[in-house]
Amino acid sequence: MILNDLVQIKEKELAARKKITLRCCMAAGCMSSDSKGVKEQLEKAVTEAGLQDEVEVRGVGCMKLCCEGPLVQADPQNSLYIKVTAENAPSIVAALKGGKANAAQTNPDAAFFKKQLSIVLANSGVVDPERIESYLAADGYQALHEVLHETTPKDVVVAMVKSGLRGRGGAGFPTGLKWGTVAKSPGAKKYVICNADEGDPGAFMDRSVLESDPHAVLEGMAIAAYAVGADQGFIYVRAEYPLAISRLQIAIKQAKQMGLLGAGIFESPFNFNIDLRIGAGAFVCGEETALMASVEGKRGTPRPRPPFPAESGLHGCPTLINNVETFANVPPIYRNGAEWFAGIGTEKSKGTKVFALAGKIKNTGLIEVPMGTPLRVIVEEMGGGAPDGGKIKAVQTGGPSGGCIPSQHLDTPVDYESLGKLGSIMGSGGMIVMDDSTNMVEIARFFMEFCMDESCGKCIPCRAGTVQMHHLLDKIANRKATARDLAKLEELCDMVKNTSLCGLGQTAPNPTLSTLRFFRNEYEALLQPDQFGPRGNGEAAKQPAAAKQ
Amino acid sequence: MNATIVKPGKKRLQAALDHASGDKRFKILEVHMKRHQFRHDSLIEVLHKAQELFGYLEDDLLLFVSYKLKLPPSRVYGVATFYHFFTLKPKGEHTCVVCLGTACYVKGADKVIAAVQENLKIKSGETTADNKVSLLSARCIGACGIAPAVVYDGTVTPRQTPESALEHIKKWVAK
Repeated sequence: MILNDLVQIKEKELAARKKITLRCCMAAGCMSSDSKGVKEQLEKAVTEAGLQDEVEVRGVGCMKLCCEGPLVQADPQNSLYIKVTAENAPSIVAALKGGKANAAQTNPDAAFFKKQLSIVLANSGVVDPERIESYLAADGYQALHEVLHETTPKDVVVAMVKSGLRGRGGAGFPTGLKWGTVAKSPGAKKYVICNADEGDPGAFMDRSVLESDPHAVLEGMAIAAYAVGADQGFIYVRAEYPLAISRLQIAIKQAKQMGLLGAGIFESPFNFNIDLRIGAGAFVCGEETALMASVEGKRGTPRPRPPFPAESGLHGCPTLINNVETFANVPPIYRNGAEWFAGIGTEKSKGTKVFALAGKIKNTGLIEVPMGTPLRVIVEEMGGGAPDGGKIKAVQTGGPSGGCIPSQHLDTPVDYESLGKLGSIMGSGGMIVMDDSTNMVEIARFFMEFCMDESCGKCIPCRAGTVQMHHLLDKIANRKATARDLAKLEELCDMVKNTSLCGLGQTAPNPTLSTLRFFRNEYEALLQPDQFGPRGNGEAAKQPAAAKQ
Repeated sequence: MNATIVKPGKKRLQAALDHASGDKRFKILEVHMKRHQFRHDSLIEVLHKAQELFGYLEDDLLLFVSYKLKLPPSRVYGVATFYHFFTLKPKGEHTCVVCLGTACYVKGADKVIAAVQENLKIKSGETTADNKVSLLSARCIGACGIAPAVVYDGTVTPRQTPESALEHIKKWVAK
């Protein structure tokens, strides 16, 4: 495979495109509403109407507005059909020729779509994830070719530093710096790992990227491997995502057949293989050292850092671990230049971020916005606010490691620093909207229960602390706690946060701390008077003001 | 789990291998292990395959895997019990997995699972006495856009309510 072959396949694919395309969403959300049946019916209807030469029915990845699925979009008519069923599929085909479609439509130019800026999701909903030709037609693998033939690994790292990309897994570590460290680490064998163990409840960005555009991740990993000098890659993906797994398997197979993975890629001396590793349902495996233990076939327990994986990772070799979205950002950066990427976003957070918008909100689905977009734009303009006239109370970001941002802070721009200041984190991108019917104490208890179940049990602060904190939260929620229990809870939060071994324990108190910070009155309203007084000295306690109500 | 799994005597191991010799599925599993060249780091992949073939991981199966991969039984047992995906108990005829991710929870998945628990008189993670239905909960299946989601026998079903869930389960129990 040389560049000419690549361009030829691309041109052949583009020439085969038909006048009209019916894009049918084939991501997991729409598949569960029978989008497969819809696609079959659309194909059948096209054949019956004799429009095979004019109309192409293409199964594509996530089309973002998941709550209205299955989605079908007709181009160039620009009509977006929602909640399509197999029965009304023929009428959509009829509508292409001036008939009337018997299916609900929505405006594809609504704020939900118009306010998005797609870099990672540029191909999502456009290319067919099960055909590599479709990705090649969208300039796929050209960045890899350019990198392999026209730049040195050192320059690749320099460009990555210049782009200002930061890790999309949550912590926001500068990607270029990480690549540079792995590249400099001595060792003949190095590894590249893609962290696709998206365990945060309420987050589905990585799943959507893998289901919609798996080749972008493979290409990103190959570029990273060239930069750091690795020849073996792993994608660690959750067992809960069967569709993502099967699409990755197809993508890897196709890339290998075309010589885009394997030995001598693009007739250069660069070799790179990617293997899949399927997780087995442990949240802690999203932590990099635990993930590597799991790839080695062991129990997924973290170990102290340093040594960091960049120096001593998988099998003791230097290892680069990045998130799915980070790798998916890589090909566009090299296609369009680091300066282009650095021009998007805020001063310290560059580029865009994909969020999974869910919860009590009208438009749920996948959104990609430039860093620094205010939460209000995301929640009210794009999300359409709370359904049924409810009022938005808080937005939860970062899953069990993040916090709740109350409605008065909705004007906060979304970037790593601003969210951190509010006691939350960017996280991997789950964004759950809560309305005024949501009980914040119960939400804190819900996340604590999650952390308690998922604690691996290696270090004591996390193993015992989460159990105790859950017990206290349970006591508060059941109106059996006193002010002293609340004080103890805060003390424990502080202890677990500062003494746990890995990210799971260190961030487990975050949801509790942030709800305590902004919704303390809800906790206090549940407290009972303490018969021994606040210090246990026998003084009758003053009833908390809120409890009188 | 009995104590024998931790320290199997020769007899216990022989019993497991005898069991294995009469079952085709063990053969398939061995082929799978061979494909991974019996490498130690393929343990999780092998257990995935084993669970796919047998439905759950019984003692003999774990002993067989440990013997073939030349790993101590404690390591195999440790890994099998560490990960939530592996189950050491047989599942019922049908499985109902209620997603309890944040988005589903906020939209009332807790009420769905409570209704099912009440109806079947079992707790999450248990199987009914007649071995018809296993009720499980998931930590997030990534279907947050269509919350609350329930997986009935591997089919993700969107926007469930306690009523719709009970209706679905009734069909299984009635049969």
